[in-house]
Amino acid sequence: MPYVPPEQMMKDRSEFAHKGIARGKSVIGTEYSEGILFLAENPSATLHKISEIYDRIAFAGVGKYSEFEDLRISGVRLADLRGYSYGREDVRARDLANAYSQALSTIFTQQMKPYEVEILVGEVSEEPGGDEIYHILFDGTVTDEHGYVAIGGHAEALTNALKEAFKPAWDLPTAVRESVKALRSAEGREVEVEAIEAGVLDRTRPVRRKFRRLDEEEVASILSK
Amino acid sequence: MKDEPFVPPMTSGGMIGANPSFFDLLARNRPDALPRGIQVTAEDARGVAHGTTVLGLKFAGGVVFAGDRRATEGYAIADDKMEKVFAADDYSAIAIAGAAGQAVEIVKLFQLELEHYEKITGARLSLEGKANRLGQMIRSNFPMAVQGLVVVPLFGGFDHKRHEGRIFYYDATGGRWEEDDFHATGSGGRPAKSSLKKRWRPGLDRDAGLQVAVEALVDAAEEDIATGGPDPTRGIYPTVVVVTAEGAARTTDDEVRAAYEAVVAAGAKKKGGTA
Repeated sequence: MPYVPPEQMMKDRSEFAHKGIARGKSVIGTEYSEGILFLAENPSATLHKISEIYDRIAFAGVGKYSEFEDLRISGVRLADLRGYSYGREDVRARDLANAYSQALSTIFTQQMKPYEVEILVGEVSEEPGGDEIYHILFDGTVTDEHGYVAIGGHAEALTNALKEAFKPAWDLPTAVRESVKALRSAEGREVEVEAIEAGVLDRTRPVRRKFRRLDEEEVASILSK
Repeated sequence: MKDEPFVPPMTSGGMIGANPSFFDLLARNRPDALPRGIQVTAEDARGVAHGTTVLGLKFAGGVVFAGDRRATEGYAIADDKMEKVFAADDYSAIAIAGAAGQAVEIVKLFQLELEHYEKITGARLSLEGKANRLGQMIRSNFPMAVQGLVVVPLFGGFDHKRHEGRIFYYDATGGRWEEDDFHATGSGGRPAKSSLKKRWRPGLDRDAGLQVAVEALVDAAEEDIATGGPDPTRGIYPTVVVVTAEGAARTTDDEVRAAYEAVVAAGAKKKGGTA
């Protein structure tokens, strides 16, 4: 094997992962008055980008499906084991984000190829103002996001569009409408209602599990207003 | 992720895909945490709290599960407010009789098993699938059952494919049977079943189903020392979970009290009383 300097190796891997992610669709995560909304364009109604991890925690991934699905399943396992071993309230998004960061950073440096994924982990708090969204990159870099965040192919254009539109504590219909608008402008084309996947962590839900999917009908009725 | 290392799933001859079972996950990662890890003697088992009578019955809209509130340790009452009936997930319920600590742990594991499956695969297990899984979990408790820590559950729920409620019962070896109308188990199971036999009819409405269930528990408490009857002075009533097509929900104490009062009134009438 010829010698490759570490700088060059990291750069190559980074570029490879970036390219993979840039080819894919995007996901938006945004806080609203009653929790956190995740919204994405996803032509498949069953292969989800957005899912439930635990009572107050949800996951969203972009990039290669098999890879973020692997991360999602590991996250559900970690959360359920923790919740069983300790208590349900001891399962926190921050721990999960750290675990993802560790795993992705190991994969990035030690595996043949890095994962071509970017993920979001959100946790809704009991009272407004305490919601958490973590953004984890393919190399394990974690950032703590506030208000809104976009990941995936058109992340930059989406972030710019959301920067204009975002108002703290906006309500769910507004958040959905503005997110879809941002998606349409970033993609530069129409995004059909049936291709929109959306899920919320809603702190007002009277049950233990706060995650809920918005079905096509609900999204269509929000967008028609 | 330390708890679950990233292993390529396609080792030669191995299964592919993610195992959606929480029970298996726990067995792999923390075998010490499984209830079957404990060694007890028959002597120990006698000193362990036992939950007593639980029952399940079908009614027009689904199934009703009910249980008394007493736990015993030999001839002593260990607890008078024990809960033995639980919603297993959104559309099913589980009721347990037997070694209390063991039984509650199995319920907790079973609830997690269903939730974990749902999250991993993105779909709920069929009622049939849930019933089978529970049988396997009870079977894994068999070594403990031999030592005296028997756990016998009743399970049931609403089957959306068949559009009806279904009830399953188990023995300590994990054997599973489906019941057409009603079933009762635990120390007061026999008198409770006799009572159900007389009172139960096909197509009961919800209120009547509740009343039949409460009456069977009252009858069991009259015949069996280990079964606690409703106690209006202390406000202790049986736990009841009703499962319909809309979901599983615990009934309020007020509703159970009303059913109990109706049972008492009917009994007084029969004896020529004034109620």
